[in-house]
Parts: sequence; structure tokens; C-alpha cells
Amino acid sequence: MIGSLEPRIPSGPLDRKWTSHKDHSRLVSPNNRRKFEIIVVGSGLAGGSAAATLGELGYRVKCFCYQDSPRRAHSIAAQGGINAAKNYQNDGDSVYRLFYDTIKGGDFRSREANVYRLAEVSSNIIDQCVAQGVPFAREYGGLLANRSFGGAQVSRTFYARGQTGQQLLLGCYQSLCRQIAASTVEMFPQTEMLDVVIVDGHAKGIVTRNLRTGKIDNVSGDAVVLATGGYGNVFYLSTNARGCNVTATYRAYKKGALFANPCFTQIHPTCIPHSGDCQSKLTLMSESLRNDGRVWVPKRKEDCTKPPNEIPEKDRDYYLERKYPSYGNLAPRDISSRAAKEVCDEGRGVGPGGRGVYLDFADAIKRLGEVTIRERYGNLFEVYEKITGENAYEMPMRIYPAVHYTMGGLWVDYNLMSNVPGLFVIGEANFSDHGANRLGASALMQGLADGYFVLPYTLPNYLAGQMGKRPSTDHAEFKKAESDIRAKIDRLLKINGNRSLDSIHRELGTLLWDKCGMARNQAGLEEALRKIPELRERFWREVRVPGDDEDFNQSLERAGRVADFLEFAELMCLDAFARDESCGAHFREEHQTSEGEALRDDDNFASVFAWEFQGNGQIAPPKLHREPLHFETVHLTQRSYK
Amino acid sequence: MNFKLRVWRQKDRRSAGALVDYDASDIPAQASLLEMLDIVNERLVLAGKEPIAFDSDCREGICGTCSLTVNGEAHGPDHPGAACELYMRKFRDGETIVIEPFRVKSFPIVKDLVVDRSALDRIVQAGGFISARAGSAPEANSIPVAKTDSDLAMEAAACIGCGACAAACPNASAMLFTAAKVSHLALLPQGEPERTRRVAGMVRAMDAEGFGNCTNTYECEAVCPAEISASFIAKLNREYSKARFRGRGGE
Repeated sequence: MIGSLEPRIPSGPLDRKWTSHKDHSRLVSPNNRRKFEIIVVGSGLAGGSAAATLGELGYRVKCFCYQDSPRRAHSIAAQGGINAAKNYQNDGDSVYRLFYDTIKGGDFRSREANVYRLAEVSSNIIDQCVAQGVPFAREYGGLLANRSFGGAQVSRTFYARGQTGQQLLLGCYQSLCRQIAASTVEMFPQTEMLDVVIVDGHAKGIVTRNLRTGKIDNVSGDAVVLATGGYGNVFYLSTNARGCNVTATYRAYKKGALFANPCFTQIHPTCIPHSGDCQSKLTLMSESLRNDGRVWVPKRKEDCTKPPNEIPEKDRDYYLERKYPSYGNLAPRDISSRAAKEVCDEGRGVGPGGRGVYLDFADAIKRLGEVTIRERYGNLFEVYEKITGENAYEMPMRIYPAVHYTMGGLWVDYNLMSNVPGLFVIGEANFSDHGANRLGASALMQGLADGYFVLPYTLPNYLAGQMGKRPSTDHAEFKKAESDIRAKIDRLLKINGNRSLDSIHRELGTLLWDKCGMARNQAGLEEALRKIPELRERFWREVRVPGDDEDFNQSLERAGRVADFLEFAELMCLDAFARDESCGAHFREEHQTSEGEALRDDDNFASVFAWEFQGNGQIAPPKLHREPLHFETVHLTQRSYK
Repeated sequence: MNFKLRVWRQKDRRSAGALVDYDASDIPAQASLLEMLDIVNERLVLAGKEPIAFDSDCREGICGTCSLTVNGEAHGPDHPGAACELYMRKFRDGETIVIEPFRVKSFPIVKDLVVDRSALDRIVQAGGFISARAGSAPEANSIPVAKTDSDLAMEAAACIGCGACAAACPNASAMLFTAAKVSHLALLPQGEPERTRRVAGMVRAMDAEGFGNCTNTYECEAVCPAEISASFIAKLNREYSKARFRGRGGE
């Protein structure tokens, strides 16, 4: 194994760790910064903020994204909001409470020190974004407004209509544009990273492919930062953008970076239900809707086909309010999703195929008036109407859980550096601060925390000892990586079979959704682990990838990503199999309380599972390393939202 | 449902392009236009033909990647919304649907329906930002902003950067795009220090990219998926005049 699994958590009391760590980290002086070249892959909230901030500091940054502009990274689609412990509402919020809610929401499977730091810098993020001109919602007095979100009993979520991700990303994109104009950042759009290059045990470069021309390039740097997002598209259908993929992180894993907790995937409770086989993606309806919408299904199966307004109040089961009276419709995502699956499994689901539950605004409209509801959620109601053709002001929305976010990712230490020295991983791409379940409005917070306020302190600590060590791209490791990539591309183009990429990807997605989705069990995972290699073999025999490699070839780019998903899926199922407990979004049916809640096994599984790739190009069973989680401040309890 | 498609095919920027006819049969009514193209492409690939290149990413109308002209209208007939939010049930069974790229001189065609919109990025790089270094921001509530100003700034900031405004404009003008960013930042107190410089720089970049000027045809507003009002163009003109009048504007 390259490097070690040492988390490098600073000593001292929890609330002093980050300050003291910053005080003792090494620095790079202003006139030396321009001597370092930093590679940033990804331009979303994490990558964009990191590239802009490092550029401001005076480093020379090269930023890569697969989209045609950095402004289109998938952070743009985040709707609901961003948390910060400002306590502007005077309702008892604090850094500690945000920390505690996040660690509890994650079902005690994240590091205390990382999560505390996240809560600590959350306030700075809001300050930074406001200074950039992000038009957050405001009250009539001119001060910032907040709303509440799942898994919290305070209002700490800042928002810009239902487009918070868009506005935060544009703020960050504008800062990035300023640095591009200042020539501190060089931007490479429509360019995909296909490999990390490791020289003398340090990450010192990447190999990229220009998606427009097919040109393969070697890029060397003093450090590599991956900000390439999550792998939800392994399920084929998810709320992710079509292009989101696991390729960058998976290929780094194949070069020796450890992949942590890959089975922790978040299934978001409020999405528009699946409508047919041709569907290419699922659309999220922001969790903020649960502030005013009430979730219900009919009490009796026979009522499921009736129009909802013909079902009287007494025949409705507001199951979240019934089961979780203190959090009600704002129960955390994993719990709400499972509850929806449960009622649908009982045959009480509504809509086509019985895979849906109602999200009803009738009471809120009665209480607040349609104008207020329109003001709060108008754009979401429009999206719903466009997709389903139904008017949610008149009849309840139908919603169902869908894959949304991945808590797993490359393992990183407290400095956000992977076990491979010089390889940093930020945002959704790392295994992150969200444990086994992420609370709403925390992804935007983490992406920006990593890029604006953590990496700019921890990266110099590494760089300080690396002056003059950037290799030339003539180095043999670059040549080897490049020839491996060319061989893989050739192989894909030569299969010339008779199946489409989508049909294989869909088959993989259905298998994972059934066996490694909202609920998992030993037999199902064994079946998936048997079927995935078969499907992978069929892919390499039967798929058809048209065109050639020296061209804008969208089939070829997708083929490479699907090939990686077909390998990664196995790792995900292996992790779900090895984690023989339930926690957060990872629900092993064998381990549940008498009330059907996730039953953790802290004695055996209070640890991060970090997987090391084995084998030389071949896929051999990966090796499991465990990083024990130590809880010094919080007391591990059975999570309760009742 | 069944459709006849006429789709623009063009190998690359230098080659000549042409409309090519395709049959799109057995398309589910709940499919989106892009999902219909996915189905057509899947069939083309299995028939040994080259699929139609088109851009898309989020497929929920926010990333601004899709850039299709459908039956002569940027993003198609179902306004407001991006092409990815257009559903086949909005068309008649048996209808002929013409699909072309955004046609703007400053957006060169990359392939088939894919265009290069980096000109829009360069307009933002010319000043569409507030210089606020990470770490130096004041406490957020120390700058109160009237709700009406903030809401109006949000209306402008909602632009998804798709470029449909320029594609719909007979002058291929990107003024709605530029106006949205200039207005968003000029409406906020944080944007005040760079207000003059910003508008001058962005307008200069817009002209340099070869976009035309506004002659009040309002086609931009009609196709904008984010419903940006053309009144922001009036604001852009006022901001620009003031900047010129002050004689600074970074020139």
C-alpha cells in the first residue's frame, strides 16, 4: 500500500484542533507560490472554489472539466440550500449543534474532527458568498433569511429560491473567471482525466483526453486535486447529470488510492417517480418542500387507485408524522426514503406501478395561501408540471426515492490528502464528512468548505517540502499511463458487438437498485457479486462503440465511463457485503431494530472501510483496511427522530 | 408516438452540413425530446451508423448545456424551458420535427447539434464578477440589502448561460446574457466598487466576440428558459451610458 491510513487528526480539544493545526502547518511564501503548478480536476463547488482560491493565492493552477464550461458542473443543480451555524434566527443554533446534527445524521460513521471543522468554517462560507454577490433570500429588513431542513430542529439553511446550488456555483465560477482573466488559472473545458501519474510515490500529474478532438495529453504538476463529484450514475438512473461518472476517482483507486465506504449511497426521498424504460434521469424535488408538504399514502390498498382528493382524511396515513412525531415530515433522508419503500412494499404506493407516495400541499395552501406557496416553491411546481403534466397546486405531488448523492469516495486524511502523497480529494469525491448519511443542505457546505477554507491551508503544508520536484512529462510513468489509455480506447472501439451502451448500463443499474439500493441483504449481494462480472464480460464482448478516437465521439467517452462503473459496482457490493451491520443509508435487512430502524454494531463496525486495489490490471479481490473511528466528544446512541 | 425528424448533421466546423431525415417511431409520450434522440441514436448505432451528436447534462433545465433549435425556435415551442424540458406529448403524433443547433456566428459548430459557446465565458471573464478574495469577506449581515433589490438581482442571476437569447435574436446579440450579469451585480451594494469597470469590460468583450446589438425585437425574452426580462437590457444600456459618461470604464 502506498502511504498510510493515518488520519493525522491534530491533538488537543475538539474546538481547538483546526486553529492549532493551521497555526502549525507549513507555509509557502508569496514569491515561491508561482513556482508550483497545481492540477485541479473538476470545476464544481469544490474544484471551482479551490482553483479560484489557489489562483488568488498566487499558485499556477490548471483546472479541468468535462463540461463545455466550468459553470455547468453538476453543483449547479442543487436546489434547497446551504447550512451554516450563524444562529441568525436566535433559535439555539451553534457550531456544536451543527457538528452534532451532522455526525448524528451520519449515524456516527464520520470523523469528529473533520465534521467539527466543517461546522466551524460554515459561517465563513456564507460571508464569502454574500461578498461575491450571491443573492440569498432576504427578509424585509434586508437581513438574510433562513429555512429549516431535514434532520435539524433549528433554521440554519440559507437559500436562493430553489436554485441555491446554481447561485453558489455561479459565485464560484465568477471568482474562477476573474483568475482566468488574471492568468493564474488556465481552464481546460471538455477535457476528461483518464489517469493519475505517480512518480516516486507522489501524485505528480494526470493524463487527459480532449473530448472535442480526442487528443491525449500528459500534464505534470506539483500536486493533484480531484474534485470530480460522486458516482451515483453507477445506478444508471439517478438525479445526477448525465455526464457524472466515477472514472477519475476509480482510476486513482487503481493507481493505489484507497476507496472508502463505497456502499454509502444516499437515496433521496423526494424525487419524481420513475415513468418508463426510456427515462434517462430522475429529477429531484427539493427536500425543502417537506417544510410545507405532508407525506401520505392511503391506509387501505383498495384506495390506492382512487383520485387522492376522494380519499377522506381518516383514510390517509401520514406515516412520517405517525412514526416520527418530533421531526415528522422533516425526518432525515435515509429514514424518509426507507419509510416510503416500506409503505410501497406493503402495496399502499400510488401512481404507475405503485411506486410513489403523495406529497400534499393542500393544508399549507389553506394556511398560507397559494401566493406564499408559489413564492416559496414556484419553480419546483413548474418543473413537476413539465415532467408529469400534473398541477401540484390542485392535487398532491407523487414522489419516490431516487439515488442522489454518494457519501463514499476516496479516503482522505484530515488534510484532505489521500494515502497517495500529493493526491488531494475534495467535495463529494472524497469519503467525506457525512458518514453513512448526509443531511440536507450539507453537500454545498462541504464542497465550499473544502475549496475555500480547508485546502488552501492544508495544500501548502504538503507543497512546502516539494519545491522543484515536478517531473517532466517525458517521465516513463507518463508514457506508460498514456499507452495503457490508448490500448483501452482501441479495445473499446474494436468490440463492434450488437448491444448498446445504455442497455448494459441500464441492466447494471437495475441490478444495483434491487440488490444494493435502499435495502441490502446477504443473498442479494452475493447474487450481485456473481452477476456483475458476467455483465462486465458481456460488455467487453457485446457492446458496440461507433466512430473513432480522433474525433468528438460521445459514444466513446460514455463507453469508458460505463466500463469503469462495471468494475466499481463490484467494489460497492463488496463493501456492502463486508459491512455486516446497518447504519444510515446502508440498511442490511439482517440488522434492524424491532421497529425496523437501522441497527448499528459499534463494537465491530465503528470504522471506515478503505479498500485497496489489488492485482496488476486484472481485477483481484481488493484488500480491506479499517480506520477505527474514535469518539471523544459525542456519545454513540441509537439514532432517534421520534 | 411516431415522428419524422429532420436533423442537422455536420462533421466538424469546416465541413458543410445538411438536414438529414430520420424516422422516430414507437416513441413513448412521456419521453423528453432528448430521450427521443437517445432512442434514435441507440437505433442508429445498432444499424452501424453514426449517432447524432448533441449536448446535454443535467436534463432538468438548470445547467444550460442543451442548445437545440426545434422547429425554428431556440429550445423548442414549450417556453419557458430548456430543450431538455421539452416532452414529446407536446407534439402531434406524426409531426415532422426539425432539429438544428443554435445558429450564432459567435457559437461555431463543433459537430452536428453541438456548438462552442466559450464566447459567453470570455464575456464573464472580462468583468462579470465581484473581486472578493476568500478570507477577506465581512460578516454577511453587516451589509443589509433591501429585499426588493435582492429579489430583482436574483431574477437576473437566474440566467443559465445557454445562449438561447443570442440564437433567437435576428442580430445574434448576447445582450440579454450580458445584461443579466451586469444587472445582477449592479443591483447589489457589493457590486458597487467595480460597477463602471465591469459594464465597460463586458460590453467591450461582447462586441469583440462578434455578437450583434439589440434592436428591441424581444425574441430573447420569449425563448429564455430562465424568464430573464428584456428590461434588464435597458438597465445594461443605462449602466453602460453612465460608465461612458464618467469616462472611466477601465479604458
